[in-house]
Amino acid sequence: MSQEPIPPSGETPSKDVGKIFLEEVTAGPPSHLPRWRRILQTLAIPVLAIFTGLVMGGVIIVLSSPEFYAAWRVSWIDGIKMGWNIVTTAYGALFTGAFGDPARMRAALQSGNPEEIRKAFNPFLESLVASTPYIFGGLAVALGFRAGLFNIGAEGQLWIGAVFAAFVGYSIKGVPAYIHLPLAFGAAAIGGGIWGFIPGWLKAKTGGHEVINTIMMNYIAFRLCDWLLTGPLKRPNSFNPITPFVEESAKLPRFFGDPIRFHLGFFVALFMAWLVYWFLFKTKWGFDLRAVGANQNAARYSGMNVAVSIMLAMTLSGALAGMAGGNEVLGVNYDLAMGFSAGYGFDSIALALLGKSQPLGVVLSALLFGFLRNGATRMQLVAGVPKDIISVLQAFILIFVAAPAIIRTIYRLKPPEGGEEGVFSGTWK
Amino acid sequence: MATTALRREVRIVSPTRQRVMGILFIVIGLGIWFLFGRLGMPDQVTSFGLNPGGSQKILPDLVVPSTLMIDMLALLCVGFGVGQLIAKGGFGRRTNLVLGIVSALFVLAFLTWAAAGKSLNLAGLLSTTLLKAVPLTLGALSGVLCERAGVVNIAIEGMMLMAAMVSSLVASVSHNLWLGLIAGVLSAALLGLVHGVMCIKYKTNQIISGTAINIFATGLTSYISTKFLQVQQELNNPGTFQAIPIPGLSKIPIIGPILFNNNMYVYAMFFFLFVIQIALFSTRWGLRVRSVGEHPKAADTLGINVFRTRYISVILGSMMAGFAGTYLTLGAVGRFDDVMTAGRGFISLAAMIFGNWMPFGSFGASLLFGFTDSLSSKLAILGVRIPSQVFLMLPYIVTMIVLAGVVGRGQMPAADGTPYEKEEL
Repeated sequence: MSQEPIPPSGETPSKDVGKIFLEEVTAGPPSHLPRWRRILQTLAIPVLAIFTGLVMGGVIIVLSSPEFYAAWRVSWIDGIKMGWNIVTTAYGALFTGAFGDPARMRAALQSGNPEEIRKAFNPFLESLVASTPYIFGGLAVALGFRAGLFNIGAEGQLWIGAVFAAFVGYSIKGVPAYIHLPLAFGAAAIGGGIWGFIPGWLKAKTGGHEVINTIMMNYIAFRLCDWLLTGPLKRPNSFNPITPFVEESAKLPRFFGDPIRFHLGFFVALFMAWLVYWFLFKTKWGFDLRAVGANQNAARYSGMNVAVSIMLAMTLSGALAGMAGGNEVLGVNYDLAMGFSAGYGFDSIALALLGKSQPLGVVLSALLFGFLRNGATRMQLVAGVPKDIISVLQAFILIFVAAPAIIRTIYRLKPPEGGEEGVFSGTWK
Repeated sequence: MATTALRREVRIVSPTRQRVMGILFIVIGLGIWFLFGRLGMPDQVTSFGLNPGGSQKILPDLVVPSTLMIDMLALLCVGFGVGQLIAKGGFGRRTNLVLGIVSALFVLAFLTWAAAGKSLNLAGLLSTTLLKAVPLTLGALSGVLCERAGVVNIAIEGMMLMAAMVSSLVASVSHNLWLGLIAGVLSAALLGLVHGVMCIKYKTNQIISGTAINIFATGLTSYISTKFLQVQQELNNPGTFQAIPIPGLSKIPIIGPILFNNNMYVYAMFFFLFVIQIALFSTRWGLRVRSVGEHPKAADTLGINVFRTRYISVILGSMMAGFAGTYLTLGAVGRFDDVMTAGRGFISLAAMIFGNWMPFGSFGASLLFGFTDSLSSKLAILGVRIPSQVFLMLPYIVTMIVLAGVVGRGQMPAADGTPYEKEEL
């Protein structure tokens, strides 16, 4: 980071690290405020960003509906009524698609039919299934942010992880599940880790910027997977680019019968979130990593090995993203086909920022994104609103979280004491 | 004004680099002989077609004996290598040029080998290369404009996509291609304005802002495409700009049909290349833009409005990205498909870096990337047993190598990516 001031030689370098440590511990609003005010201040921007994002999405849904213009021509009151109607139908479908229909749940519980109960509660559990890759992906990006690195290559790492998991999953046969499953999941982490290590190594050794390198690695990963799926890893006797099914022993166990796909991966993801928290905030390695992220020069002068921290952060970040891919292959699809990722890697950037790069925050944002995505499928079916609107919502949320000043202007919020909290202040170099 | 003040110092080639390059040239020469020279049959010939597809057959095919050709190319490469090692200082500052020539010889040897016993339409290959390079060059010019002023634009992809969709929609509804073009460019300018406000006014991280615009553009274009364009075909049928042969010039053999028989996008690309090159490096405005990108504080002290300069550059740059996007629908396919940019915006970014933030450098890189793209499809027809994906990967790998400083480090604008904080008085 050449643009940062280098402390004069007379200053003791360890003082800076101590300052960073203090900043990390006392992160957030000043402590003289009561606890509830602090929590409110922390939550205000994300919550308002989500709300405003939903409003903006609603505006786009209304403006792209021919029915709205038809009603508007009659009278503006009719137009507004129609607009409200359209939005409530769409978001209502989104809600029931994400959480399930309360009336149907009650009826199913009263009837006592186990299959009916499963079907009624499926939307909620399916949302958790959709959230799982987001948790892994969000943790991956958040870990990078903590080290001051922008891992925009989660998508590519996810693909490589998925390929590794699929290969180990179907090629090894006759192994008990307690060996095969960890092996396949571990392979996903290793694959993603390799894909993250390369840009990390390039950054540490040559200074090649990780944003460009991870973008390039993304496209190399896409081409590589394209070739693997049409060539060496292609399912025999299939015309489509798709791998063979993974063995029964490599599948993540599901907890309920059909049609519920809720599987062990969700709890693995929660465990990883705890592990990332423990690593970042309770270990020396994590401290080094955050110190490098906060001030590279200070970290270097205090004797930390910046290069190792950068490589470690990128490798771990890649491994987490790879696990997202492994989770999808071993827990949901059981095979790997082109177009299996719904842009999880890119959405992860938005949700890592929304979660302020805190593991708990990432889990909560991942749940939000998962529920949105799952609900959107039903919204498209019932209300005829294409589910791509979710990406628009996510983009709005990302913008509002990244530029809190916009939200503060809209809602006339006072700027926080001690200046705006930087979401991610890493720069281009 | 002294425009030379911002020009970079010429680096002196180090002895290690001289030796490494010399050995590399020899290795490439030996590689040509080892990989291609021994595999062909002794009396096979390679014929290169010299008339691009669709044009009249003016010239006869160029027929060369495969093995002899490959051996000569290998010898030439080894010769360059020996020259580099023996001569004092090697080729000096022309080393990279020689590296380019040697790489070109390698590609030629590869083509001779791949098409041994068959025929390869060389002119057709070059013609497709140019067409594939058009959106990449325009996208890279967008990057050059933004980054020379110190604003990183990774939203080229999203701006291209948005402009592609809007231009297709507007041109279909109005039955006027030019109206579609203008609407597409304006839609990208709007995204550029958002990017500018985020990066310049709110000082958001520029990568995040770019990512947000990319996600937004992908979402909104797919949304409108699913809701309208796929359902009502008449909304997605704009037609394309027709080729305008330039009288006289288009009759020149080989280069005539390749260069001077295209639609307006190709001519516009060359026009913008020259205009931006001159504007950035030979005018007062360009000097201001570059000074804002190199050292905004110094520029501000001299009375240059940093914010306004950056806004103008970003909006002009995004209009250029929009123009690139309209090429995809109005210049090539004549239809909008979901996510049809397919990463071209990011390849443009790579081309800009590879081209060292220079207009003509970006053009060269775009040609190279376009070449690998068109080669991959040609080789599939020739039945070469190398997966086409390998060639499609090459641009990305080459960019990473360049970025790592193996072929000489690029010189990015010094203040690229950093928001400017005006000091309070």
